[in-house]
Amino acid sequence: MSAVLEVADLAVRFRTTRGTVNAVDGLSFAIGEGETVALVGESGSGKSTAALALLRLIADPPGRIAAGRILFEGRDILALREEELREVRGGRIAMIFQDPMMALNPVYTIERQIGEVLALHAGMGREARAKEVVELLRLVGVPAPAERAKQYPHNLSGGMRQRVMIAMALACKPKLLIADEPTTALDVTVQAQVLDLIQSLKDRFGMAVLLITHDLGVVAETAHRVIVMYAGRKVEEGTTAQIFKDPRHPYTQGLLEAAKWEEVEGAMLREIPGAVPSPFDMPKGCAFSPRCGAALPRCRESVPPLVEVAPGRPVACFVAQERAS
Amino acid sequence: MRGGTVRFVLRRLAQLVPVVLAIAALNFALAKLAPGDAADILAGQMGHATLEFTEQLRREFGLDLPILEQFLAYMGRTARLDLGISLIQQQPVAELIADRLPATLLLMVTALVLAIATGVALGVAAARRQGTWVDNLISVSALLVYATPAFWLGLMLIVFFSIRLDLLPSGGMMRIGVAQTALGQVLDVARHLILPAATLGLFYAAVYARLMRASMLEVYGLDFITTARAKGLSEGTIAWTHALRNALLPVVTLAGMQVGHLLGGSVLIETVFGWPGLGRLVFDALVQRDLNLLLGILFVSSIVVVLVNLAVDLVYGFLDPRITHK
Amino acid sequence: MVALAIAGPLLYPVDPFDMVGQPSVPPGGEQVLGTDVAGRDMLAGLIHGGRVSLLIGFMASLAATLVGLVLGAVAGYYGGRIDDLIMRTTEFFLTIPSFVLAVVLVAIFSPTILHITVAIAVVSWPSVARLARAEFLAHRDREYVQGCRAIGMPDREIILLQILPNALPPVIVVSSLMVATAILTESGLSFLGLGDPNQVSWGYMIGVARSVLRTAWWMAAIPGAMIVVTVLAINLVGEGLNDALNPRLKQR
Repeated sequence: MSAVLEVADLAVRFRTTRGTVNAVDGLSFAIGEGETVALVGESGSGKSTAALALLRLIADPPGRIAAGRILFEGRDILALREEELREVRGGRIAMIFQDPMMALNPVYTIERQIGEVLALHAGMGREARAKEVVELLRLVGVPAPAERAKQYPHNLSGGMRQRVMIAMALACKPKLLIADEPTTALDVTVQAQVLDLIQSLKDRFGMAVLLITHDLGVVAETAHRVIVMYAGRKVEEGTTAQIFKDPRHPYTQGLLEAAKWEEVEGAMLREIPGAVPSPFDMPKGCAFSPRCGAALPRCRESVPPLVEVAPGRPVACFVAQERAS
Repeated sequence: MRGGTVRFVLRRLAQLVPVVLAIAALNFALAKLAPGDAADILAGQMGHATLEFTEQLRREFGLDLPILEQFLAYMGRTARLDLGISLIQQQPVAELIADRLPATLLLMVTALVLAIATGVALGVAAARRQGTWVDNLISVSALLVYATPAFWLGLMLIVFFSIRLDLLPSGGMMRIGVAQTALGQVLDVARHLILPAATLGLFYAAVYARLMRASMLEVYGLDFITTARAKGLSEGTIAWTHALRNALLPVVTLAGMQVGHLLGGSVLIETVFGWPGLGRLVFDALVQRDLNLLLGILFVSSIVVVLVNLAVDLVYGFLDPRITHK
Repeated sequence: MVALAIAGPLLYPVDPFDMVGQPSVPPGGEQVLGTDVAGRDMLAGLIHGGRVSLLIGFMASLAATLVGLVLGAVAGYYGGRIDDLIMRTTEFFLTIPSFVLAVVLVAIFSPTILHITVAIAVVSWPSVARLARAEFLAHRDREYVQGCRAIGMPDREIILLQILPNALPPVIVVSSLMVATAILTESGLSFLGLGDPNQVSWGYMIGVARSVLRTAWWMAAIPGAMIVVTVLAINLVGEGLNDALNPRLKQR
């Protein structure tokens, strides 16, 4: 399987009044053609920042991609000129966001907002656009697409808006879809529908999908591979089956534990104790060590490197590495 | 226009009735509060102010009636747009005002268009280059202009453009006593309009630039701007379509609220430039202590503000589809 | 600037109404900044004018703040009909062109410092009232206020001792900026000849100099520049206060 996207040593820094912060540090991963990869972590883990960085959407200032390479179809995104970059954005790589309430411009019609992509990347004329918009809306399962196209975002429900976002993303048949928490802001019933939709469209168009989420339930149903991030770094990677059956990193174990309990009706939510450390106050050594039940003295001394504990299973944890060897 | 919009306008017009009544009532109260009534002033002017004569005038004007009756009579006259007679100029106040109102509106509208155009352009430019020297230059200039009394700025512009450079006329609305073609006349008025409109507009340009900058920065932080970037739109398109229209909303609201302020500013500017509008009329009324005229102007200018606010609401509804004129 | 206005007469004891020299002397001679059309000393005029402008600016702003606070507090805290009434009135005053109203008020009553101050306060209070109302409205259902009510604290004490300190910072910012507006309004009024005839003020000096603009432009330029500097300084102080008192807004 050839890679559509290859990310190597990506680092994103934010300059703030309280100093420089590493939001993403040394992140490497690849996505194969037609593959769905999930990037998982709690909020603050840097997963959304990483996703934005892939299209150079980090606001500068205060943010900056400090290091790394992002190879997409063999070209380094970070080296593209502004115009080339804009062709990739929305044309070759599309993105949908967490909150469809906020991600659509409130003052323009649906038709205009989807049509913009078609005009820009496909050079379509006015009438062709109008037709194509209706077609796209039908494709993503918006009822009465012709009428909806003329409406404004505030006329639509959250689920419908996310469908509109997906239609907008699909407008130019991208090779890669980045979906940043696409279901978090939606009702539970709608969540499944939207995921199914992404799944079926992916197969139909042969897109690769990078799914950013904190919800392991979402991951189990859709992803081929899972990358777990903590405090800006990748801490574990594996196929979905491997991660679910045999999590190696204590953080991944904690996430899975929490997800299991969530499914039990009425059970007390069992969360990993503590919270993601503030980027201004990173612990020495492994960033997870203060919350980790298995932490060794050396975990508090130095940052564990990513080491393959099994073929295709890099884990950044001294404990897991010791156990494996 | 949709039927809903028409109904909205009608409903808003109906809502204006109490406001107009309140303005009239305030006017009446102010007139009563003033020391000395019309009879005193008129009698004083005629030079033979015997007590009997003043009393006679008072009866003629109905000023001896109980206050409530006077009030009702006053409201009745106001409803017929009869604002009384200017005691000095011996002309109906309404007529005097109607003569001058177009000039003031011309000045105000020109200044407002200038102010919004430059203010918006500068505000957008500053926001797009936040933190650079462009932004700093615009922000500092705006702050400076914001602290400048417009009438003084007008005087300084006269010194520079009319006296030093002799480029533009220092006052008036057109050359007098020169035969001109229709087009020539328009151009002549336009030439006279430049300085006062620029003076009046500059202050508000500063206000709008500051607000527009803040508003744009706010909008730039919203998710749909990231969406627009992710679509591959250029920064220019994002600024001038996606961000601008959203960022305009608070500016439009403010512009509406400031119409009254703008009118006040034009009183001073008209005085400085001898522009024959309401402002000059205020000045003349002040010099001649023509209270009736002054109150009439207050009344009419308040009505103008109320109407402009209605127009602003309509523009707002046009800019923001979330507002429905139910 | 404030210090100069207060201490000015001691440092430069020339009566601004005294005709000390030839009329229309340019700056740089015996009178540092020259003389005006009637041969009165410009610098003395500036110093006295500054006193008047600042006095009116501060007093009008203070009065408007007090009135606005009281009305806004009552409207926001009690809500209901009294709120309706107060806010209608506030909006009504916001509708009327404020400068024209100020002109009419000063014209009806005689132009004394007191009347000018009152007139400016009358046209300035509504913005404070609106802001104060919004603040009180936001605070009145907070837990600490409900707690006070539960222990039977009278409304007056809750308003003055509990909510007011919390509602004050944004109001202080607005009223400090209002000083600047008030000074601009005052200069406009006195430019139109509605200044206190017994007091020199900057706007009055500009108005007088208007007739000799062609020959002695500095006469109008200097007092105008004083206004710009003063108003700018007050605005900067206001923004500084804003940054210091409203850290929420600074996060941008």
